[in-house]
This record gives sequence, C-alpha cells and structure tokens, in this order.
Amino acid sequence: MALLEVKNLEVRFGLRSGEVHALRDINFTLERGERLGVVGESGAGKSVLGFSILNLLSRPGYIAGGEILFEGRNLAVMSAKELRSIRGNRISMIFQDPMMTLNPVLTIGQQMVECLLAHRKISGRDAKNIALQKLKQVYIPSPEKRFDQYPHELSGGMRQRIVIAIGLLMDPDIIIADEPTTALDVTIQAEIMDLMLELCERNNVALMLITHDLGVVSQVTQQAMVMYAGRIIEQGPTREIINDAQHPYTQGLMNALPQMAIPGQRLNQIRGSMPPLQKIPDGCAFNPRCEYAMEVCQTQLPDYTSSGGCRVACHLVAKMKLEEAAARQIEEAN
Amino acid sequence: MIAFLIKRIVQAILVMFIISLVSFSIQDNLGDPLRELVGQSVSEEERQALRDQLGLNDPFLVQYGRFAVKALHGDLGTSYFFKEPALQVILHKLPATLELVFGATLIIVLLSVPLGVYSAIKPNSLFSRAVMGLSIIGISVPVFLTAIGLIYLFSIYLGWMPSFGRGETEPVFGPWETGFLTVDGLQHLVLPCISLASIMLPLFIRLIRAEMMEVLQSEYVKFAWAKGLAPRRIYFLHALKNTMLPVITVGGVQIGTMVAYTILTETVFQWPGMGFLFLEAVNRVDTPLIVAYLIVVGAIFVVTNTLVDLIYGLVNPTVKLTGKK
Ligand SMILES: Nc1ncnc2c1ncn2[C@@H]1O[C@H](COP(=O)(O)OP(=O)(O)O)[C@@H](O)[C@H]1O
Ligand code: SF4
Ligand SMILES: [Mg+2]
Repeated sequence: MALLEVKNLEVRFGLRSGEVHALRDINFTLERGERLGVVGESGAGKSVLGFSILNLLSRPGYIAGGEILFEGRNLAVMSAKELRSIRGNRISMIFQDPMMTLNPVLTIGQQMVECLLAHRKISGRDAKNIALQKLKQVYIPSPEKRFDQYPHELSGGMRQRIVIAIGLLMDPDIIIADEPTTALDVTIQAEIMDLMLELCERNNVALMLITHDLGVVSQVTQQAMVMYAGRIIEQGPTREIINDAQHPYTQGLMNALPQMAIPGQRLNQIRGSMPPLQKIPDGCAFNPRCEYAMEVCQTQLPDYTSSGGCRVACHLVAKMKLEEAAARQIEEAN
Repeated sequence: MIAFLIKRIVQAILVMFIISLVSFSIQDNLGDPLRELVGQSVSEEERQALRDQLGLNDPFLVQYGRFAVKALHGDLGTSYFFKEPALQVILHKLPATLELVFGATLIIVLLSVPLGVYSAIKPNSLFSRAVMGLSIIGISVPVFLTAIGLIYLFSIYLGWMPSFGRGETEPVFGPWETGFLTVDGLQHLVLPCISLASIMLPLFIRLIRAEMMEVLQSEYVKFAWAKGLAPRRIYFLHALKNTMLPVITVGGVQIGTMVAYTILTETVFQWPGMGFLFLEAVNRVDTPLIVAYLIVVGAIFVVTNTLVDLIYGLVNPTVKLTGKK
C-alpha cells in the first residue's frame, strides 16, 4: 500500500458567480521517503492541492469527489478529530511566507510546545526539550534564547527554519512544503532547500514539494507532476520529465529556465498567462497558448497517454503515440 | 518605558492645554453670567462695576492667563449657582458617573467578546444573524429612547427595577460613595448601565466580529490548523489575542467617549452624576462649572488613552514601550 494515494480528486469553489473547478482528475501516489515535485505557474492550483490533502480547504472551497488515502484511510471523509490527529503529527505542512506563518503574539517556544502537547501526552518540560532539539537540527543558533523570542525578533530565513522545525516536531511521515523558499532572500533559498533535503533524507520523510521552479524539482525530487489550470498535464519520474518533456507546456517551462537561455537574449517565456478558474477554455486548457494547438484541442479535454514512465494529457502526444504504434505495426508486418 | 511616559505626558499636557483654551473661550459665548448671578433688578452701572470686579472686561489673553494659573492650582473658579469651588462640585459628582461608565463597560466587555467571537466563528448560524440584526437596531435607536423604553418596561409595567436616582450608597473614600455594595444600589445601576451600554455594545460586537473574521483568514491561523491544534486553542488563543489588539485601541477610545454619553443617560434616569450636573449648569449658564466639567472630562480622556496604550503595549510583543511607533 502506498503511503499516500490520491484518486480522482476533485475540488470546487462555490463562488457567488457559480461553481468552479479548482482541481480535476488528480491521481498520484507518494511512497515512504519519496520526494515528489509539484510544478506549475502561479494560479495552477498547487496550494489548493496541498491544503486539500490535509482536508484544510477554507470556504468556499470543498472536496467534491475522489479519495485521499493515507495508509489506506480516506482523509476526505474523516471525522474532525481523526483529522486533527493526523495534521501536524503524521502529515505536516510548511507554508510559503515565514513572515506570515508564525503567530506574532506567541513566542517560538509556545508555538512549538503546543504542537507537541496536542499530539502527545508528555510534560511541558519534555516538550521543551524536544523543541530545543529540533531547533538544533535546523541549525538555529542559541536555541534556548530563540525559544523565548517572538517571531518579529527573527529574520525571514530564521523563521522558515523554525517553521521547518515545527513541521518536524512529531517526526511526520509526510511533509507538504508549499513554495518554502519563494518568499526568502535569493541568497538563502539554496541553504533552506538543502536543509529540507537533508532532513527528509535523514528521517526518511516523504516530501511533497510545491514550487514553480523546475530547476529545484530536478535537483530535489524523484517524481514530478506538472499542473495547469487545476489539472495534472504531465507526471512521472523527474528525470524523464526534465530530459524529455512531452507536453508542450512542460517544454515551454523547460525553455523558460534561465539555464536554457542564450546569454544576452531574453528568456523564452511562454506567451500569454494562465486563465482564472472561471475562464478555463473548453478542450485543452492550454490551447490558446499552445503553438501546436489543433482543432480537437479546442473542443475535447485531452485524456492521459502513457509515454515512457510518464502520463501526459495532450492530443498531440496521443496522436504521435498512435502514429508510432501504427508505424511499428507496419514495420512488423513487413 | 521612560520615553513612552515622557511622550504620553507631553501629549497629555498639549491636550489639556487645548481643552482649557476651548472651554475657556466658551465662557464668552454662553450668555451673560451676571444675569444669573444678580438677577434683573440691578442697574447697568452696578453691573459694569461688578463686571470689572470679576475681571470680565479684561482682554481674552489676560483672562485666560489668570484662569490657567489658577487652574494649575486646582482652582477652576467658583460655581455661580452652588457658590462652591467648581472643581469640588464636579469631583463630588464624579464617582456616580464613573460607576455608571464602569457598569456599562462591564456589560460591554462581558457580552461583546463572546458574541463577537461566536458570530465570527459561525457567521452563517441563525444566532449570529440574529445578533447582527439586533446590533443594527441597537446602533440606530438613540440612547434616550432605549432608556425610556427600559423604564417603561421594567419600572412602570413590570415594576422590577427603580427608574431614577442611585438608591442606597455606601461611603468608600472621601466624596466617593458606591452603589455597588448594596442590593438597592445595584438595582438602581442596572437600567442606566444597560442604556448607556446600548450604543457601544453593538459597535463592539461588530468590531470584534470583523477583526476576528479577518484574523481567521490569516496564514498563522491556517498554520495552527495544519499543526492539528484543538479548535478551542486556535479560536481563543491564536485568533482572539490578535483580534483584541485593534479592539483595545479603538475600544479604549470609545469607552472614553462614553463619558460624554452619560449626559443623556443621567438626565433620563435623574442620575446624580456630573453629566446631569453639566446639563443643569448649561441651563443656568454656570460657566465655571461648565469649564470645570470639560476639563475633567478631558482629563478622563487623556487618562483612558494612556491606559489603553499601556495595555496595548503589554499585550502586543511587537510594541516596545518607547516613544517610537
Ligand atoms: N478561497 C478561494 N476562493 C476562490 N478562489 C480561490 C481560493 N483559493 C484559491 N483560489 C483560486 O484557485 C486557483 C488556484 O490557486 P492556488 O492553489 O493558490 O494556486 P498556486 O498554484 O499558485 O498555488 C487560483 O485561480 C485561485 O484564484
Ligand atoms: S492538447 Fe493541444 S493545445 Fe493542449 S497542449 Fe496538447 S497540442 Fe497543445
Ligand atoms: Mg500557491
């Protein structure tokens, strides 16, 4: 049994202007100790996916269908009490902006100890010792002093280390990290990413890393999925996706990477932008921006096609696979 | 801390100076105190002599200077009507007013926090909608109507509560007699306190609800949920503490404003406080008393604002009690 298996997850927002799909056809698994990258432009639904796994969507969002199986138990239909025993305990989450994540009126110590006491029957003294030990693990200098400080007394990088320490408090099975370095200074982004990688490897924690940076995904993860307008459009082993992207959107993301740019020339950004949920076009959501768009792309939602170890939602890829198969048959027939 | 105190004291002096200037200049525009003092039967010459004697013909600045020097010695003039030092007359009535404000504040704090928090947590429940609807009505009905309604219902129709005065009081200290220590005194407090609270309570409920709803959307509250904390802890520690910060600031000022609202309440309930006294003083053009009232009310404002700042600084760790913001 996979540690986490998401099946046909569908999330909707009940907006005043009507119901909109935020996520559709979400299927993936996460094994113990595995690292999965979730990539996509801003607005693709990555954060919504992160929150739905903990069943933490806030109004007007809700899980409209599908299953989120954690060790075989479906989080989508679990009681509030059972969910609480999993959140922060078996699955923890790291947010994007450490300036906003910590409560400004509570000390670091309070915010760590309360998490331990919520999940374990231990004394306040023991809880403090565990908290201090975790602060050391994330290389916080003089943890005793930090323990009694308030968030505003610490730098952004320091705060994100503390958020990571809180995420690790209960030695969880899964950490969902939602763009954990995006809000940080460029100079410390790599530092924090290395720290996360080190801690996940050492403690055999599965990591679901949400990011818009394919570069980070290629360095850190073994599996990856690319999201566009609430749908996974390509998923599979990271190496395959990076070396041989099939979907035109993934190819576009690859070409936009700074490493791919010819020095002195502008980056090859994909033209246009992601549509808002209310205005997702019919057919393939990417079709207005796709240079290979065909007629069928404007009317029919592309199904998933297997290509190597990957699944790709694109009519073009499906067509090419069919042609390949046909060519092979002709060859065999000869 | 010291910088904070100095800043507050400078502010207080400035505010008191302006209040004194304003209230003193009111003297000139409030009818002729001589008529009240001596009646109609005195000749114009005698009036002029009396005016000179009282210093009423001196230039404004001279009069103000004289007034300010005296005021600094606690002498705000002699009430024309009571023939006693105005400040003393006011301070005599201060406890009654303060007890009214205190009772109303108690009602506001005890009701607005639970009601505001509940209607923020469950904004769509029937109860929250009812609270919100009633609060709109509460805001729009004038205090004196509420007071008269309460008197009609509870004093005249049901006969449960007394409708005027302070009832039995116990001396506590100096001129301070309290109604909080006798059953009769407490009964007399109920209706006036409710009607005084009736305007501010809905405002506070709505303020707390709005702040709380915003805080509940914040990242740190989402993070608290993601940590698997109990709802009780999230609502009443993580969210409420952040909700109360702006509420303390706005609310503190509002409580100061309530002192002014006591004029209406005290008049309807014949409450022997300084608001009632003030209205009488206005009717009698008893200018020293009016001025003394304004200055005492100004002082109360300054004191409450300072207290509010202090409390805010204690609750909010991001504010160091220094002169800087
Ligand atoms: N509470 C909400 N109400 C309505 N729409 C929302 C809400 N939260 C997110 N959305 C919409 O869902 C889409 C996906 O958002 P999100 O998951 O935050 O994207 P990202 O991939 O950048 O993390 C966006 O179009 C966003 O506008
Ligand atoms: S389905 Fe069509 S429009 Fe969509 S990515 Fe493939 S080729 Fe482009
Ligand atoms: Mg996001």
